Amino acid sequence: MAEYKGVMVYCEAAEGRLLPIATELLGCGKKLAGDLGEELCAVLLGANVSSVAQEAITFGADKAYVVNDPQLGDYQTDSYVAALEKVVKEVMPQIVLMGQTSVGRDLAPRLAFRLDPAASMDCIDLAIDPESKRLLQTRPVYGGNAQATFTYDSDPQIATVRAKAMSPLEADPSRQGEVITIDAGLDPQAIRTRVLEKVPEEVAGIKLEDANAVICGGRGIGTAEGFKELEELARILKGAVGATRPPCDNGWVPDSAQVGLTGKIVAPDLYIGIALSGSSQHMSGCSGSKNIIAINKDPEANIFKEARYGVVGDWKKVVPAFRDKVKELLTE
Amino acid sequence: MNMIVCVKQVIDPEAPPASFKIDSASNKVVPPPGVSPVISPFDEQSVEAALRIRDAQGGKITVISMGVNLLRDVVKKPLAMGADELILLEDDAFTEGDSWSTAYALAMAIKKIGDYDLIFCGRQAADWDAGQVGSGIAEILGLPSVTVAKKVETADGKAKVERVTADGYEVVEVSLPALITVSNELGEPRYPTMKGIMAAKKKEPAIWKPADIGVEPAQVGTAGRRTRIVKLFQPVREGKCEIISGETPEEAAVGLATKLREAKIL
Repeated sequence: MAEYKGVMVYCEAAEGRLLPIATELLGCGKKLAGDLGEELCAVLLGANVSSVAQEAITFGADKAYVVNDPQLGDYQTDSYVAALEKVVKEVMPQIVLMGQTSVGRDLAPRLAFRLDPAASMDCIDLAIDPESKRLLQTRPVYGGNAQATFTYDSDPQIATVRAKAMSPLEADPSRQGEVITIDAGLDPQAIRTRVLEKVPEEVAGIKLEDANAVICGGRGIGTAEGFKELEELARILKGAVGATRPPCDNGWVPDSAQVGLTGKIVAPDLYIGIALSGSSQHMSGCSGSKNIIAINKDPEANIFKEARYGVVGDWKKVVPAFRDKVKELLTE
Repeated sequence: MNMIVCVKQVIDPEAPPASFKIDSASNKVVPPPGVSPVISPFDEQSVEAALRIRDAQGGKITVISMGVNLLRDVVKKPLAMGADELILLEDDAFTEGDSWSTAYALAMAIKKIGDYDLIFCGRQAADWDAGQVGSGIAEILGLPSVTVAKKVETADGKAKVERVTADGYEVVEVSLPALITVSNELGEPRYPTMKGIMAAKKKEPAIWKPADIGVEPAQVGTAGRRTRIVKLFQPVREGKCEIISGETPEEAAVGLATKLREAKIL
């Protein structure tokens, strides 16, 4: 029986560029491959992704496998699982990594069940066990209240990784690597879904996951108008507004503003949590922030356990005064 | 339209974080005393998704749950919301499974039910948060799947699903039978009515053992696991928050801004 060897990273790309999560995965994969003394390869799937292969190499891949097929233009479970299954069976990597993204969440479990091993989702730490050489996969569980480290015996070991949990390498344009094209071999009959429409939820200003400052509001903000106040603060800080789940569920902000376990993952320099309790589910999405600031009228709120600085008080009084002072300090 | 919804009884995720405890010797979570378990919230939304389809065009909803010590008041909630039947895979052999052994047992139970157009699961359970079981069931049964749905409608042997993505949503058409996982963007599940609660009290769930679904106890639960938990632990919180105070909230706010400037955070 042939041996499973090396680390494979499934790289998501858009508009001819790797997504940040792909560069983070390559950085993490490089380290794991180094610890195993094996190679790191990248896999790109899409309608036309050849141009991205070189970028994957500059970010650390020793090889890049490219699968171009018009049927891979939109992500669809059946086509992507089939194409990636084919690549994995040909290359036989010991470890397969992907992002905990809308694609990775859907693709990883289905691929794992098809290939017959197991997968760990939303990992925040991956390491090679020095003795067994197996992959130790650490992920938050119970809404972030605990973490668990998993391992398993069959190959390939499949894991998805949370955004911003790993660091990319510096891009090195002088790195050389082999680009290998693999035929997708898709059977159109086997694709049982069709994407009819993509509906973006437009959010004005800086994208939440790219912002250096994130102002998050919780249930205590109370209304859509309340969030306008936070937008004003975000504008001054050149940041973006996020929310916990209740404001999204209540329609005060779009669903795409949700920060947390099942929403966006942010790790800005400055995170300000306003009128939110700081549930584990929410903190899962922002605990990587450099400086966490809390404004809440309940001194017992969990957010104060996570924050560096805080004010105990009614946000309706605190936020306008804070905003005015910040504006003053920043224009000095 | 015959629909099946898989629901899981979990420790209430809304319980205060301070009440969350683990037993590191056994790598297990200690249920908080005095806090009743609940149906995992995304699973309740799955029940709601099925009820909306039945409201629109009729049909039958069968709910499956699995485990031991399943509290009848908890697992009967989908019946009280309006589901038609409840099947419990209730046996010691079914406990402490991982995504693999859980999906396998549920898939075999669904196979036994046999007649279905749509299967619903929550996008992930509120305890292990893996989000694999739905896709796993679909793979084992050879069905198409659409995950993280916020709206599901059916017509002409197909379902139209709004699937949540990072920047909005996409509308996906899928042939039936299919498996769909549901997210909170679907909206609040309905409250059980008094009539529903009374009707649920009178309904007895069917209890299925491993032999009833044609599996060996070694294939499900702990014995059927593929993953091992090396360690379960609670991350350490530093908890060194400096509270900025003042005579008035406004004064504290000014103090906070000044502090952030001094600390070069602003």
